[in-house]
Amino acid sequence: MEYLGYRGLVAERLSRLGVGVGDRLRIIRDGRVFEGVLMPREALYGDKPYIVIKLDNGYNIGVRYTGREEIVVVGRRGEKRVKPPEIAQNPKLPHVTLLSTGGTIVSKIDYETGAVKPALSVPELIEWIPEIADIVYLDAREIISVFSEDITPKHWELISREIYREMKNGVNGVVVAHGTDMMAYSAAAIAFAIRNKPVPIVFVGSQRSSDRPSTDSAFNLKAALLTAAQAPFAESVIVMHGETGDTYALAHRGVKARKMHTSRRDAFQSINDKPLAIIYPDRREINVINKIIEHRSKDKEPILENRFDDRVAIVKAYPGFQPEIIDLLVDKGFHGIVLEGSGLGHVTNRAIDSIKRAVEEGVPVVMTSQCLFGRTDLYVYSTGRRLLAAGVIPGSDMLPETAYVKLSWILGSKTRDLREVAKLMTTNIVGEINPRITVSLYPRWPL
Amino acid sequence: MKLDYEELGLKVGLEIHVQLDTRHKLFCNCPTTLVKEDEEDVFIRELRPARSELGEVDPAAILEWRKRKKYEYYAPRSASCLVEADEEPPHELNREALTIALAIAKALNMDIVEEIHVMRKIVIDGSNTTGFQRTAIIALNGYLTVGGKRIGIQTLCLEEDAARKLGEDRDKIKYRLDRLGIPLVEIATAPDIHTPEEAGKVAFRIGQLVRLTGRAKRGLGTIRQDLNVSIRGGAKTEIKGVQHLYLIPLVVEYEVMRQKKLLEIRDELLRRGLKPEDVSGEIYDVSEVFKGTKSKIIRRALSRRDHGVYAIVLKGFKGILGVEVQPGRRFGSELADYARVWGGVGGLFHTDELPGYGISGEEVGKLYEYLGADPGRDAIVLVADHRDKAYEALKAVIGRVREAFKGVPEETRASQIDGTTRYMRPRPGSARMYPETDIPPVEVTGELLREAEKYVPEPPDVLMNRFIEEYGLSRSLAEAVLNDIRVDLFERLVETYRGRVQPSIIASTITNTLKMIRGEGAPIENIRDEHIEETIKLLAEGLIAKEAIPEILKYLAENPDSGAREAAEKLGLTTISLEELDRIIEEVIRENMDAIKRKPNKAFKIVMGRVMGKVRGRIDGRTVAERVKDKINNLLKT
Repeated sequence: MEYLGYRGLVAERLSRLGVGVGDRLRIIRDGRVFEGVLMPREALYGDKPYIVIKLDNGYNIGVRYTGREEIVVVGRRGEKRVKPPEIAQNPKLPHVTLLSTGGTIVSKIDYETGAVKPALSVPELIEWIPEIADIVYLDAREIISVFSEDITPKHWELISREIYREMKNGVNGVVVAHGTDMMAYSAAAIAFAIRNKPVPIVFVGSQRSSDRPSTDSAFNLKAALLTAAQAPFAESVIVMHGETGDTYALAHRGVKARKMHTSRRDAFQSINDKPLAIIYPDRREINVINKIIEHRSKDKEPILENRFDDRVAIVKAYPGFQPEIIDLLVDKGFHGIVLEGSGLGHVTNRAIDSIKRAVEEGVPVVMTSQCLFGRTDLYVYSTGRRLLAAGVIPGSDMLPETAYVKLSWILGSKTRDLREVAKLMTTNIVGEINPRITVSLYPRWPL
Repeated sequence: MKLDYEELGLKVGLEIHVQLDTRHKLFCNCPTTLVKEDEEDVFIRELRPARSELGEVDPAAILEWRKRKKYEYYAPRSASCLVEADEEPPHELNREALTIALAIAKALNMDIVEEIHVMRKIVIDGSNTTGFQRTAIIALNGYLTVGGKRIGIQTLCLEEDAARKLGEDRDKIKYRLDRLGIPLVEIATAPDIHTPEEAGKVAFRIGQLVRLTGRAKRGLGTIRQDLNVSIRGGAKTEIKGVQHLYLIPLVVEYEVMRQKKLLEIRDELLRRGLKPEDVSGEIYDVSEVFKGTKSKIIRRALSRRDHGVYAIVLKGFKGILGVEVQPGRRFGSELADYARVWGGVGGLFHTDELPGYGISGEEVGKLYEYLGADPGRDAIVLVADHRDKAYEALKAVIGRVREAFKGVPEETRASQIDGTTRYMRPRPGSARMYPETDIPPVEVTGELLREAEKYVPEPPDVLMNRFIEEYGLSRSLAEAVLNDIRVDLFERLVETYRGRVQPSIIASTITNTLKMIRGEGAPIENIRDEHIEETIKLLAEGLIAKEAIPEILKYLAENPDSGAREAAEKLGLTTISLEELDRIIEEVIRENMDAIKRKPNKAFKIVMGRVMGKVRGRIDGRTVAERVKDKINNLLKT
């Protein structure tokens, strides 16, 4: 059985006592006395026979449970009344809606139990970041609650529908709070799913959770709201820290952005393109540094084409690659394959027959590069030429992730006709292909 | 002022922090060294207090946040990584540090926690990039015997040290990240200490015990002491950062004095029939009174935009602000602390110290008139600064004045070098600790406890016996070493240089020699353990004579950046070879041939004296005597 995260004998004993988190216990064994408030157990450690209590000095300790302990319930947790803060907003400011997909932009800590709970009401947001009330008139709601890594193409359909609705309602911008792991995929998906955008769609997240004083959440959110309210572009972008310090944020075009670090605040980078803008939230300043593809305009009617095909896979090339992986996908009825090839866009010659078969069976195969930086070119080497002959669609300088999203969108919303798919894949629709890569678009070590 | 501490009901608890000398930091793989010069990355951050569910925020945290300061971090590449930059989650708890902490817990007779949980303690003055200090309780309920009396040890925590503050300007505070994450043990005693002297002794004993594990860091800043002091009727005051052991009794004495004076002020206010409600919250702009003033501070303030002179009237307070609460500090200084901390102003003026500071008697008169206050009864407090800052400052002063009716407010205070203290921030509330979920809890296994055995320090009586029996120290020298904070250094040096340097020489260098040169005015607080070690090493290698030790240490005290070898060379105290000695003896004999021939009985005395004059400190005296004797015997035979 499991009780408050505890398992086994500890769980049994605690449930028999009928104690809850926050109740005060005295645990006595061989004359040693431990007194404190019962804490929940993190499930991962639930099998270990310890009872976690918070001492009066605020520290938690684990007391070993041997079965010989006398446990006395000394007191029960008192009722808490939570008073929602009252905050006034200025309706003359740009109206921005914050759509949350899960995770915590604002957290509240229960210091009695150590629990961190999300808070998403507008008053709570403004109480925590008072600066918001000077930037926008905010509306906020949660549309789904999933971990970033659990996002599926089905979620993109839902997210895009909600954004579309906000646009039709005439908001000045939409901010989507999203976990960072899969954020770039979702930002790319929305770029395709809604076109002729009247206002910006800004994805934002945090790399340090909002229960910490050092969280990047507040800074990122300020920058994102400012971008949604005032940016001259109407594209799907990611706004996060531009460097490790809290100085400026960058707006990356969703289709060109990639999470390039596991933990840094400035994990997102634009690849094969410049960021769209630099944002200084404290100075309320947005400097556009790249060419805008879609401009902000209230007059534009957004177009929603939001079906995504969830039978698409990314396959990476590596030494000893087994061609049957491709056969398997075809046999299992997958609708599209994105290859993450080596170098200019290669996979082993041994796989060419399998690829040829896939194409013959109507499964488009798109070639991108695991180099990430640079463009594929299938004419330079004979393997490339053989891949082209087999029907592979070159992905140009698209990120493998973007090619995956785009293929899923084309197959879901546009066509499954191979010739049409190839045409759309090689056409630049929302800035996913950069026809001119300059020398400067590559990170270098300072000398 | 002679104080009767028993009568006053003095209670002191100590929190002793000692850095551990581990291979790497508590939650990452960086070395635990401070850097002087290194390539650094610099970045700026802000901190924002998290709310609790009940809407409560720690008062100390709110104070820091209201200052709206930014923090500039200098991240030296050799001693900090992404973990210190708060750009990577912490690694698992350093097992080496944990083992040492467990050893100390054993030596302090404590109950060891069975499963250790790392917590986050909110600290948002920027000294932790995360905004919290990671800390874990390792053991509880121990004791230590000092002077035959049992002193309770409440807790032993293992925690990460904070970043080093480099400086501060108007809108940001600068920190270096090398110190951040160095393991610290924090040992907290029960409030069982009842005199200032006892506080000093207990702090000394705990520091020594930690050093005896052989794994404590040494040198300035590696041990820091916080004190909790209260007297009957007063309040628990937390005094942070006492850097020197010798300051502890003085700090306690001054704090007792302060609390006693604050209670007397309270009684005086009641005697005058005043009430907290009588303290008006009204703040007045009195800039007009100071047009054409000679006070530079006020003139400068008045010349700037949105600046002015602002005042509050404290009815019936005449004379109170001038009451001295600690040497050189008046009640007015206490108020000025609040104005500085909460308003960010430079300070304040009050009428108990006016006229003065360029403010004329005439201006003071006009001020009383302007505010309709009674010069014979009332006090006025002035702040000259930006309007907003002045208001914040004066609001804080009003709050503090109202506290005066209760006596001693609960505060966290900072220790100053002269033993006095100043207000730092309110005492943190309970809403500041929550679990560090990035670090798994640690089971204290039997294996871990066995590992800890090797660091458990020996009790003092065992050490004493060993010093006498094994090292051949006299009882008094053994006692002196045992009562010295460097007893661990003594042990280590004896171990390293056994057979080459007598333990008694090492012992007396650490104890008597240092005392002696301090008597001669050398600033021995500059002497680091490495200085002593290097000096003993020179002796072991025969590069100096033991007579050279005091001169070398004196030089090092005055030039702490140089090494012992350099000192010996600069002072001309490096040993001379036997050949050179022979040459000098022969020269002295030649020069004094007449005298020797006249008084052959005195020949040794004559020659020895002159030779020693030339070689003292550079070669062992006994060797000189032998050679001189030989030479003279040879000479007299021929």
